[in-house]
Amino acid sequence: MRSTSEPPSGVQGPLREARAEPLRPPLTRGQWIALVAVMVFVLVYPHVFTSPYARHILVMIFIYGLAAQGWNVIAGYCGQISLGQAVFFGIGAYSAAFLYAKWGISPWVGMAVGVALSVLVALFIGLPTFRLRGHYFAIATLVIGEIGYTLVANWEFVGGATGVWIPIDRDSPWTTLQFHESKLPNYYLALGFLAAGTAIVAWLERSKIGLYFRAIREDPDAARSLGVNITAYKLVALSISAAFTSIAGSQIAQYVLVIDPENTFLFLISILIVLMTMLGGLGTLWGPIVGAGVLFPLSELTRVWFGGTGGAQDLMIYGALILLISVFWPGGLVSLVRRLVGR
Amino acid sequence: MLEVEDLTKRFGGLVANDQISFRVDAGEILGVIGPNGAGKSTLFELVSGFIRPDGGDVRFAGRSIAGKRPDVINRLGIARTFQKLKPFSNMTVEENVMVGIMQHTSSMRAARREALGALDFVGLLDKRRAPAHGLSTGQRKRLELARAMSTRPRLMLLDEVTGGVDQRSIPGLIELVEGLRREGMTVILVEHNMQVLMSLADRVMALHLGAKIAEGTPASIRENRQVIESYLGAAYA
Amino acid sequence: MTSEIIIQTIVSGLLMGFIYALVAAGLSLIFGLMEIVNFAHGEFMMLSMYLAFSLWVGFGLDPIVSLPVCVMLMFLVGVATHYGIIRHILHAPMLVQITATFGLAIFLRSLAQFIWTPNYFSIKDPIVTGRLEVVGIFIGVPQIVASAGCLLAFAALWLFINRTETGMALQATSQDREAASLMGIRTDRIYALGWGIGAACVAVAGVLVSNYYYIFPEVGVIFALIAYVTVAMGGFGSILGALVAGVLIGLVEALGGLLIDPAYKYPIIFSLYLVIVIVRPRGIFGRY
Repeated sequence: MRSTSEPPSGVQGPLREARAEPLRPPLTRGQWIALVAVMVFVLVYPHVFTSPYARHILVMIFIYGLAAQGWNVIAGYCGQISLGQAVFFGIGAYSAAFLYAKWGISPWVGMAVGVALSVLVALFIGLPTFRLRGHYFAIATLVIGEIGYTLVANWEFVGGATGVWIPIDRDSPWTTLQFHESKLPNYYLALGFLAAGTAIVAWLERSKIGLYFRAIREDPDAARSLGVNITAYKLVALSISAAFTSIAGSQIAQYVLVIDPENTFLFLISILIVLMTMLGGLGTLWGPIVGAGVLFPLSELTRVWFGGTGGAQDLMIYGALILLISVFWPGGLVSLVRRLVGR
Repeated sequence: MLEVEDLTKRFGGLVANDQISFRVDAGEILGVIGPNGAGKSTLFELVSGFIRPDGGDVRFAGRSIAGKRPDVINRLGIARTFQKLKPFSNMTVEENVMVGIMQHTSSMRAARREALGALDFVGLLDKRRAPAHGLSTGQRKRLELARAMSTRPRLMLLDEVTGGVDQRSIPGLIELVEGLRREGMTVILVEHNMQVLMSLADRVMALHLGAKIAEGTPASIRENRQVIESYLGAAYA
Repeated sequence: MTSEIIIQTIVSGLLMGFIYALVAAGLSLIFGLMEIVNFAHGEFMMLSMYLAFSLWVGFGLDPIVSLPVCVMLMFLVGVATHYGIIRHILHAPMLVQITATFGLAIFLRSLAQFIWTPNYFSIKDPIVTGRLEVVGIFIGVPQIVASAGCLLAFAALWLFINRTETGMALQATSQDREAASLMGIRTDRIYALGWGIGAACVAVAGVLVSNYYYIFPEVGVIFALIAYVTVAMGGFGSILGALVAGVLIGLVEALGGLLIDPAYKYPIIFSLYLVIVIVRPRGIFGRY
């Protein structure tokens, strides 16, 4: 068929004008200002707030923000709900920690190994379930989340319930990723990874892959009828998600230097990742970061208020929030801000 | 261009398509009619790859496509619209159309260019940046058409293009399909609106209870006794 | 490994299977009606167990005695869940439906922990107690009663769905919502009924199981995971499938624990899930 790019004569004007438009509406001045302000803030923050605790909060926000951004890719942009992200987090953490503790392999390598393993697991879950409807995948991730925890907790080779204690090294910080003098390198490293991850998501938003992801989210059958191989692209999305989450896990390992099934494979981590992203705004570029930025300080506060009675109150709030946000407010905080700003 | 041979599909005990055979030649418009439950939708689903046949074959430009995945079939050159509209609600109108084009190009710029051409053709250019969920039914129908066209097909399966559309919009839609034919498109058209169908179709095929009961020119089908009987009880203009 | 041990294992697997079947039936019913997977299904079961426990602690009521009350209350919980939450998300994207019941599950689980603490409880000296010996096989009476109770409830469910007018209305609604409402069926009420029955089914299982199972906040999790796999195997929306699959899974779990290692219960179940998904995603009797 003759290409539709040359319309019947007579209506050239509006079409030519439309075609001359930029691909995406450019950022407004307000958006530029906000962007620059945020960048300046995060770069300058650790020099203004120099206490270890102040820096610690942001480091955690950055690390979890990356994990949340990972969930954002598979769930927010591609519409596939994974309820077991902790598996990738744990794989990343254990890969980095264990390889170094056991054989002295640099955590950089460990991080790469973690990504490779996580992607393998992603393919393992996705290949059978992505041809089917969303529930099958969600259930599979729930089950594998449970398995991950149980297997690792019972696997003596990687430390069982005790986990892995990373030997302290003070001599070559950039090889072993251990910074004992100050939290500054941790801060900028975590920021760097988050920035890279966010840049990738920003690129996805503007690319063919991202367009396909969103089409799959909106209507998989329509996408198929338009030539999209939805299984393949879902796998790509899940792999990216797994990689982000795995890297976040590797960072945690090097940051806290003690990892066990509780702080890596625990279901709570999957819940937190879901909540952060939904709170901030699922499917938006800044949502996961905003969500992490709000949730972390909040959870620290509640810990101070409620004391050490365990996570029951926290979890009640998290569960209720996930429920309420998904029913009444799926756009999260970012959509609220947009409405206030009038966009 | 399209050859369907003894195509059969069963759902449990129900035979939805019973050894249906027909062919469509390049450039012609084939109308498919039949009362509800005749098997028209199933036929479309089978040809476009959304369900697999239990028997028979579908050949497109000489190649067998029966049982292939829908996205593969689309890339081979068959596009379809859906009776129950399926826009990408939270994407803009132009993004909706770009999806289908991206199988031919990786450049977002080029895809948008072509998408705008398609939107212009169906008359939705001014809505290009609007989110798809804000469109009226008639506009959504045209979006479906633009999306399907954008995949550069050689054969289009149009499912109830005028369904649920108000009377005033129908001539416009007829004009669009005519425009497709002028471009050299081959079309299979399922329609309940007899006036639309009869004015567009070169040939008509009638289905009843899963089987083909008649095939011929619109005039001859209109007179066909079996066809009239199959519709007995439902008065169509 | 004597034949007695094998038969023993098969019998307990079978008994457990009927319980799984009932839990899965509730889940399947809800899905068949509105294509929503209730990710809080395990928590409904947990709640019913805590309910039985509380009635025992507070009023000395044995679970067998408090069974009707618990089932009634959980029925209401199911109905409330529909009117409070589900009704708002019937037409929402699958994403919303999944995260909503997921959030509910988290909330209920931690609510239980908040109210009752994370400690493990058990009901002491219930009416049903002791062991039976049948042809050299030992079976616990609570297990038999629980199993039989679930089987009875299953039969009652089946009769209700297929032999009563309301049950037919339920079937009609699950097959074609629009047609059903055109026929005058109040679909909203049917949905609420579906949720109520689904919760009630799981309550029967929970209360009977509380005779011999520990009661703690995460108890619903494993039952729920098994229920998902059961429903996938039996076919989403098929009650009969839930029975067949439940029994099969009970057997696989028991034999797997015997032949391989009890610690690998989850991986075995997951492997089974993967096999089903690859080989026959529609399940044994499923429509999808």
